[in-house]
Amino acid sequence: MTAVEDRPVAEAPAKEVGQARKRKEDARLITGRTTWTDNMVLPGMLHLAVVRSPVAHARLGAIDVEAARSAPNVVAVFTGRDLAEEQGSIPCAWPVTPEMVNPGHPSVAVDEVNHVGEAVAVIVARSKAAAQDAVELVDVDYDPLPVVLDMEQALGEGTDLTHDHLSSNESFRWIFDAGDAGTGQATDQAFADADVVVSRRFVQQRLIPAFMEPRSTVVQPQGDNYTMWSSTQVPHILRIMLAMVTGIPEHKLRVIAPDVGGGFGGKLQVTPEEVISLLVARRLGKPVKWTETRSESLMSAHHGRDQIQYVDIAADREGNVLGLKVHILADMGAYLRLVSPGVPILGAFMYPGIYKFPAYRFDCQGVFTNKTPTDAYRGAGRPEATFAIERIMDELAVELGMDPLELRRKNWIGAGEFPFTTVAGLEYDSGDYDGATEQALRLLGYDELREEQRRRRESGDPVQLGIGFSTFTEMCGLAPSRVLGSLSYGAGGWEHASIRMLPTGKVEVVTGSTPHGQGHETAWSQLVADELGVPFEDIEVLHGDTAISPRGLDTYGSRSLVVGGAAVVNAAQKVVAKARTIAAHLLEAGEEDLQFEGGSFSVRGTPGTGISIQELALATFAAHDFPDGVEPSLDADATFDPVNFSFPHGTHICAMEVDTETGMVRIRKYACVDDVGTIVNPLIVEGQVHGGLAQGIAQALYEEAVYDVDGNLTTGTFVDYLVPSAADLPHFDTGHTVHAAPGNPIGAKGVGEAGCIASTPAVVNAALDAVRHLGVSDILMPLTPERVWRAIHEGGDGGDRATAGTNAYGGAQTETTAGVSTPESRLGGDR
Amino acid sequence: MTQISVRVDGASYADEVEPRTLLVHYLREQLGKVGTVVGCDTSNCGACTVHLDGEAVKSCTVLAVQADGSEVTTIEGIAANGSLHPMQKAFHELHGLQCGYCTPGMIMASIDLVGDTPDPSEDEVREGIEGNLCRCTGYQNIVRAVQQAAAEMRAAATPDALGAQS
Repeated sequence: MTAVEDRPVAEAPAKEVGQARKRKEDARLITGRTTWTDNMVLPGMLHLAVVRSPVAHARLGAIDVEAARSAPNVVAVFTGRDLAEEQGSIPCAWPVTPEMVNPGHPSVAVDEVNHVGEAVAVIVARSKAAAQDAVELVDVDYDPLPVVLDMEQALGEGTDLTHDHLSSNESFRWIFDAGDAGTGQATDQAFADADVVVSRRFVQQRLIPAFMEPRSTVVQPQGDNYTMWSSTQVPHILRIMLAMVTGIPEHKLRVIAPDVGGGFGGKLQVTPEEVISLLVARRLGKPVKWTETRSESLMSAHHGRDQIQYVDIAADREGNVLGLKVHILADMGAYLRLVSPGVPILGAFMYPGIYKFPAYRFDCQGVFTNKTPTDAYRGAGRPEATFAIERIMDELAVELGMDPLELRRKNWIGAGEFPFTTVAGLEYDSGDYDGATEQALRLLGYDELREEQRRRRESGDPVQLGIGFSTFTEMCGLAPSRVLGSLSYGAGGWEHASIRMLPTGKVEVVTGSTPHGQGHETAWSQLVADELGVPFEDIEVLHGDTAISPRGLDTYGSRSLVVGGAAVVNAAQKVVAKARTIAAHLLEAGEEDLQFEGGSFSVRGTPGTGISIQELALATFAAHDFPDGVEPSLDADATFDPVNFSFPHGTHICAMEVDTETGMVRIRKYACVDDVGTIVNPLIVEGQVHGGLAQGIAQALYEEAVYDVDGNLTTGTFVDYLVPSAADLPHFDTGHTVHAAPGNPIGAKGVGEAGCIASTPAVVNAALDAVRHLGVSDILMPLTPERVWRAIHEGGDGGDRATAGTNAYGGAQTETTAGVSTPESRLGGDR
Repeated sequence: MTQISVRVDGASYADEVEPRTLLVHYLREQLGKVGTVVGCDTSNCGACTVHLDGEAVKSCTVLAVQADGSEVTTIEGIAANGSLHPMQKAFHELHGLQCGYCTPGMIMASIDLVGDTPDPSEDEVREGIEGNLCRCTGYQNIVRAVQQAAAEMRAAATPDALGAQS
């Protein structure tokens, strides 16, 4: 035991959990010593470029690749027909109903293309430039078919079809009825008995995750083994799915996610390009790389949101809510990807929000259109649900002539009522909605702003002020495996961790939760430092490589700390238990007489007898003096499967200035108080809240994936797709309350999606509050100046001509889209 | 092919490049300077920002041949003698990055901003870096980091002030 003897005897380290530790990850990221997939160069590497369909729906005729194949430095060209026998279908792991229609999703189109940007051929060349040059040389005959873009029309009689071989554009219909489920009363009766019913149609516009690092994949074949580096959130899921799709045995595949530049759900996928890269590497026996351009990314990486929501709320005259009915159309796009159908279903249970509804019915239709497939995007179903309930609560308040906050207070779950089983059957774990709201009101300076609003209104100020609320909760910590099973998801929701005690006392923590910016290396180190009593700096966190971290379910759904962190803590506790046996042997004491404190075991009441867990690691490595029958290893692993979701909540308040003369909106102040349970690292938590707010506000004000009437994405670059800059966003005033989650050993509830889920309705409610007295009751997102101005000056929701020539929102009524609109798709207002 | 000579992060390089080669591709593919990254193809995101003769440029809008005879500094060349540049340090200390993909460009643009505006207000920082997109942070900590680094850079530029402060 020499290696650690020289180490100065440290005082028992302060508790790491709760400290604003600066991130370990930063050192390489701020110096450019990064390992993005596109940085990889391998000997003999070939470069791929994908030929993509410029039309939304067509039968594929002849594809002439001869010019491309004979271009300089082009090694091979493959079409869908070349790969048809081996490419299988992009998998959908979430068949939400037994009858769900899945049209099949070839990685490279074989007979038909169904959205602009779909792959029709792949060029393999010595350089990326040569591959891209040759894309232009592929000549494809497209035999155009009718294009389906409008969800409401797509479900009508005698409509055109997204897929010729299907009989309708409906993929599935999924219904939850609380009356039938036994978690609530009969919804129809609740509505029949109500004094007031308010009905609205809300539109969740199509969004693009727009992670900053474009997707990239490298595949290296070695005999019959394949190593794939990919910019993915889900290396573990990817490995399993690639094995199933391509037939390459799982144990012959290794998937590595090196540094990954953001995901937000957008890299929770098994992409056609990953399959293509693997197939080409297998065909040619050479390493290959594919890296997308930004315009390819915006066009072909999956999109998010895109729902039409019909929401009915019933209440009595005093403002007690009596029932909620939600019918949504969810645009799947042209194909079902990994969890496309599950996204709206994740929202199904969250529409009642934090309110005590006695009756609830949810009805969702998944609809095919000739657009890029949709799938997970930050929040995945829950932002849509939160938007709907928080918007309709404001509409109900207007109808009743009540203050919107008073209406919420009257109906939300009281702090003393937890755990509370909702009408959707979820058991909310803990929280205090009053407490968070009071704190948020103070942070905002609510009374002064209300007073200013009154002054501006009275004086007829051209710049009006509004205040909007969102008192939200979300289900996080995806997910209890049994619940996922009951929802027909194809995998479990557990997470795995293992801890290796190295001979020199250093610690390796292996996590199955693969980060892409969240700071796992730092937060996990804090967890383990506390459990093992070893210095933060002595801990290394390993992840994102199926050979190093063989078991895992990766990062999404605010699950990493709640589920993955819990596994880490449990594994560490097993290490301590094993170490206790060794310590007892070496200290010649009974295990029950040992105390473990500050990383050392000592015999109770015998000062100076201690041996540290780091010393025990060396003693275990040597194994010279070991108790009989005990294996010489302190290493341990753990798999944590949560029993319940966790339920972060919070109150977000936005104060918004609306210039009634120009339609310009400006966030005057944004205050939020979130309860995400125990906070492991306040610096990281704060950062997650900020980033989520930015994306939620961006949905309200800036972002929208727009298709024209022919199905071309017109927002195909960052010129047109408005990811906000620093100048477009306000300062955020944030606060926290802490009600520990009872369902995991850390007490954490999850924070990755909170800001994104909560903020969108707060912003829209604020804008409407500013101009409602001018007769405005809804404005379509994003709230562009044109839409806001038109809503104020022309009535309606401002959407009628705002996207002329496009088919945004699945039903914009414009002159050029008259052919695809229906009476039902009249935007906004009461139905 | 065209012959160019360029100094990058203090070392001299002489290379043949295709006239159409972008500076960022030259840096990444020919010099292996992969610390500088590509985030878009329309010069909106700024992830590829480097300094060309001391001025921040988006290296996806500069041809490699335009850099002939010039001095290029990338994110890999700003930590002098192994100690972090104040801007790098501030991004770390104030959690101005999450995934880190925009960070090289954001840091290079911010250094240039502080060079022009040594004591920027919050609004000046926000407007000064609006050519650089970040999808993770919501910018608030980036703004704080730039202001902190600016203070440190001002102090370093005026040794008297530093002495007076300490």
